[in-house]
Amino acid sequence: MSDEAREAVGDYRFGFHDPENATIRFDKGLSEQVVRDISGLKNEPEWMTEIRVKAYHHFVEREMPDWGNCGELNNIDFDNVTYFLRSSDATERDWDDVPEDIKRTFDRLGIPEAEQKYLGGVTAQYESEAVYHSLREDLEAQGVLFLDMDSGLREHPEIIKKHFGTVIPYSDNKFSALNTAVWSGGSFIYVPKGVHVEMPVQAYFRINAQNMGQFERTLIIADEGSSIHYVEGCTAPTYSTDSLHSAVVELIAMKGAKIRYSTIQNWSANVYNLVTKRGVAYEDATVEWVDGNIGSKLTMKYPAVLLKGEGAHAEVISVAYAGAGQHQDAGAKVHHLAPRTTSNILSKSISKNGGRSSYRGMLQVSPKADGCRSKVVCDALMLDSESRSDTYPTMEVGNSTADLEHEASVSKVSGDQLFYLMSRGFSEDEAMGLIVNGFFEPFTRELPMEYAVELNKLLELEMEGSIG
Amino acid sequence: MAEEILRVENLHVKVEDTPILHGLSLTVNRGEKHVIMGRNGAGKSTLASVIMGHPAYEITEGEVFFMGRPLHELDVFERARAGIFLSFQYPAVIPGVQVGTFLKKSVQSVRQETVKARAFRQELNAAMDTLDMQKSVLSRYVNDGFSGGEKKRLEILQMLLLKPNLALLDETDSGLDIDALRIVAKGINQIAPDAGCLIITHYQRLLDHVKPDFVHVMIDGQLVMSGGPELALKLEEQGYDWLDATEVEA
Repeated sequence: MSDEAREAVGDYRFGFHDPENATIRFDKGLSEQVVRDISGLKNEPEWMTEIRVKAYHHFVEREMPDWGNCGELNNIDFDNVTYFLRSSDATERDWDDVPEDIKRTFDRLGIPEAEQKYLGGVTAQYESEAVYHSLREDLEAQGVLFLDMDSGLREHPEIIKKHFGTVIPYSDNKFSALNTAVWSGGSFIYVPKGVHVEMPVQAYFRINAQNMGQFERTLIIADEGSSIHYVEGCTAPTYSTDSLHSAVVELIAMKGAKIRYSTIQNWSANVYNLVTKRGVAYEDATVEWVDGNIGSKLTMKYPAVLLKGEGAHAEVISVAYAGAGQHQDAGAKVHHLAPRTTSNILSKSISKNGGRSSYRGMLQVSPKADGCRSKVVCDALMLDSESRSDTYPTMEVGNSTADLEHEASVSKVSGDQLFYLMSRGFSEDEAMGLIVNGFFEPFTRELPMEYAVELNKLLELEMEGSIG
Repeated sequence: MAEEILRVENLHVKVEDTPILHGLSLTVNRGEKHVIMGRNGAGKSTLASVIMGHPAYEITEGEVFFMGRPLHELDVFERARAGIFLSFQYPAVIPGVQVGTFLKKSVQSVRQETVKARAFRQELNAAMDTLDMQKSVLSRYVNDGFSGGEKKRLEILQMLLLKPNLALLDETDSGLDIDALRIVAKGINQIAPDAGCLIITHYQRLLDHVKPDFVHVMIDGQLVMSGGPELALKLEEQGYDWLDATEVEA
């Protein structure tokens, strides 16, 4: 922890200061004072404090959504959430407290011990400083700004003030209001005009605990003609004792720029994962969401793209895996607001052992958006008859020149496929693993290699013991 | 002395409530090529599926032994690992799974050992050369969008890699043009000296390239006549009707 944070602890009345592990932890529950204290602790500019406070009041007044899995949403106990926690690299949690099944999965995935402890929330930092520095130097040489959001606000307040909340205002929904009120961590990236970041920016997320916080806030701006591929999270299970994860991610692709944002979330089964992700694409720009949902108890997440400039393009490729006790309510939203904008949405979901996956999609074409094209494909694979899959597509088309396609399919693993694979030496679980990996392949092939390999392994593990 | 690979004893099989095999017996030794011919619906494919362990078929009487071991003890994948291979008449499509990945995993599963990438690549190249296959097939998805001939070639490629003790070939020759037929035959002839082969076919033409040791005729779930290659030629010329008459006389 930085010295300035340590100093701030001294006069902070709601937290406590444990000199041994130097952790700042607020009491549970939320109030305007807690929001002001979070902002004060970080020495934020006044305008940020005010946004937080407004957002807090909006959160309190805003009704819970009455759609999606609202029954489950109403089970969230907001008074039992810790809204701010900052720690040094000291131990936060005992390794013995990390559930055995998660440890086993780490082992089977071959994740190094140091990284296991980080993912298990035992250590806040993962030691690969060397990698971190060399990557960061490369980016700096190109003029790319890449910081955690708190540092970004300290060092580049003018850029953040200009763009923060412009894509997703706090009043967008109850959870974006909550995030705006209490956000911490996340990433801030600015790619200058014409700069192409060649390598996916990804390693960082195994390094910096702040990025994997509960209420992280990310803002990526790709200036004219630039491009970046950002990878968030990882396929390994992420153990959290905190039951609420509510992030906000804003992407801004200026004229001719391209942003791809890839995520795989694998939160532990106690987590409500309620994330708002939205990008804006200006003239001839592209925003791509590659979004995988494997973990959590309930996920509600619909990566969105506002196609604001002529010729802009949106791509949303998502997969969801819903096992026992899980509901993955995911999908995509694309708003065609300018002429000749195009979009592709591909959604694939698997339900198993009574799990439920829902596709919820919104496709909107505004009256002035002449000559738009959009293709939506939703495929669901059911691994047994007790599982569930639903599709809720919505289309609002205000322009008759739009060329729209929508395809949906629900399928089951066929006995012929299983018999064929088993006749080639695969056990029933291995055969299921292959079929499932194949089903997700259009998603997996979009991932950086090591993520793809890890995801395939993970799905194979998920298939073990799936059939009685 | 002949080494017994397969022994089918008085096998009765039904699917749902329909009896299909009625007391079929057959022994295949290592190095022997047996051909089973018969009309559609005679039960030929059922025999192959039952030996592989298809769950839809129920053995009501009799037993199948593989290298002396009763087969009912083994699940499908265990039979594969023990060295039984079935070349499917209609191989399943596995979308999204690349042929190259599938072949390597399958070889590893059957051999129950990790296969070194380089050694496997050499083995694979040799087998693909034998079958005159393009390397580009390795990055396609298993049987997805394959023509009939491409599917059959992929089946034979798997057979060469898995080196079975018992090869069951279920109408592997149907739908092939003459060049493809010759290539498939080459694959069968390559493994035949070290395996027992049970070849199910409608047509004599495969037998111009694969010389059988025994030809059996199946009618209504039983083997009604056995002989040498000349029997296949006679069936080709005269059909099966004369056998029905023989059976009635008997």
